[in-house]
Amino acid sequence: MWTRERLLLLLPALLLLAVVVALPVLRVVQLSLYHVELHQGIVLRWAGAAQFSRTWLDTRWWATLLNTAVFTCCSVALEMVLGVVFALLLHRRFRGRGVVRSLVMLPWVLPTAVMALAWSWIFNDSFGVLNDLLGRVGILSAPVAWLGAPHTAMITLVVADVWKTTPFVMLIVLAGLQGIPEQVLEAARVDGLTAGQRLWKVVLPLLTPSLLVALAFRAIQAYGAFDLPYVMTGGGPGGTTETVSLYAYHNYFRYLDFGYGSAVAVQGAVLAGLLVASVLHVARRLGAKRT
Amino acid sequence: MNRTRLIEGRTALLVTFAVGLVLAWSLAPAVWQALTALKPDVQITKVPTSYLPHPVTMQHFASLWERKPLGLYLANSAWIATWATLLCVAVAAPAATALARLPGRGREGVLLALLMLSLFPPILLLFPLYEGVRGLGWINHPLALVLPYAALNLPLAVWVLESALRALPAELDEAARLDGLSTLRRLWRIHLPLALPSLATTCILVFIFCWNEFMLALTFMTRDTSKTITGGIASVSGASLYEIPWGQLSAAIVIATLPLILLVLLFQRRIVSGLTRGALKG
Repeated sequence: MWTRERLLLLLPALLLLAVVVALPVLRVVQLSLYHVELHQGIVLRWAGAAQFSRTWLDTRWWATLLNTAVFTCCSVALEMVLGVVFALLLHRRFRGRGVVRSLVMLPWVLPTAVMALAWSWIFNDSFGVLNDLLGRVGILSAPVAWLGAPHTAMITLVVADVWKTTPFVMLIVLAGLQGIPEQVLEAARVDGLTAGQRLWKVVLPLLTPSLLVALAFRAIQAYGAFDLPYVMTGGGPGGTTETVSLYAYHNYFRYLDFGYGSAVAVQGAVLAGLLVASVLHVARRLGAKRT
Repeated sequence: MNRTRLIEGRTALLVTFAVGLVLAWSLAPAVWQALTALKPDVQITKVPTSYLPHPVTMQHFASLWERKPLGLYLANSAWIATWATLLCVAVAAPAATALARLPGRGREGVLLALLMLSLFPPILLLFPLYEGVRGLGWINHPLALVLPYAALNLPLAVWVLESALRALPAELDEAARLDGLSTLRRLWRIHLPLALPSLATTCILVFIFCWNEFMLALTFMTRDTSKTITGGIASVSGASLYEIPWGQLSAAIVIATLPLILLVLLFQRRIVSGLTRGALKG
């Protein structure tokens, strides 16, 4: 039960979280309700919902929201599919599996901001290795300025994100696969199901909980993407890769509009929460229908 | 008999091929960076691309080391990540003990609340934390990152440690209690030594996440000598987009990632098992 001793043991953790997470969340919500002006120090002027209604007429807000949605949907969809494929492959027994698993984990362990630079180099228009490879195979006749044009810039971000976070999905799915008893698969085999049917009718339904966890985490993290667009494109060209997080950051530290930046961050977070809740709701419904 | 063997052989070949592809995809960007870092400048900007460095040169590492306080970046990252990890675990371990033996719904509730906290997009905290850090005069001070890093990784640490402590047999507690040990003593003398593998995993993971953090490091560390490796490398680029010194940049990337690669290869098993449990953190 909640003895005094237990509470004392929990106290340091609660304090740390209160200072670093809870108070800042309250503060950012507060700031989003004010016009924040910089004189000597910060001066707050009550704004009510004005900062939020400002987003309605702000085409750049809608553009960032669309960018974020496109980025999240594309990268999460690809990551889920690839993550499942990787997991199924590395779940098989073969020699050196342990080493292979940890090498495949590497992208997820390396710093995003640093590897974002590595990807910019790969996608470089004049000296990048991707243009060279695609040219050699005959897919491209002239080099593409990947980071310089709206659609291709988004593609570069998605590729880098998929590279980086597929291992995360793979890990969760691997853990799920280990939880499927061998007898279940054996029974399916005895019943004469082909490999494809076993995967579709037995394995994937049993993996649903793992898949939902991976989906929820990935969706919310991709939605909050900051490192990749900041380093690779800076939100450009022409704001076509600016995400919600990056827009809030620009409002804070480029335009020094702290009230509006806070409103963007808060509204973004609320939308993210709604997004995940509804995705999980729909997914659970579908899952319930299937079984 | 022969037929099944043939099929098995063919599957094995296919699996090997697929594993090769997956490995190539996972490693190519890092390998390419290393190759670039070792090439002379003329080769880096050669069209069509020349793939292998010839001759192998260390010039980029040398000139980078001269131009940027890279050793300091590394030292800052290591220092900050170490203290943040220690603080995080020191706070998480007592909390995990308290939760591990908590019966019923309370435990799940607290763990779930922690999980929710770890899902908050960091941008939400950025500005208020910046205000606080400025107010305390901590801009460019390691504490500005140590405290947030410890707190942001706390949910992960509590999750991993709690599951390890809960797995320990309950009789241990009884015996220790009869010996008159207080809860903290019991944690320190009996529980943590027994949960050492999980403790190590937690430390490694938290350390890696601290090492990799970018947004807060970028914002709170403005002086060149205070920067961490992630923030520092973002400032390696030249004056304009068109004069990025790619050789040096690649060298910097290699230097920033090498410690992590070594860590992963050394502790591969621990990390994979820990990540599987802690994967929830991301």
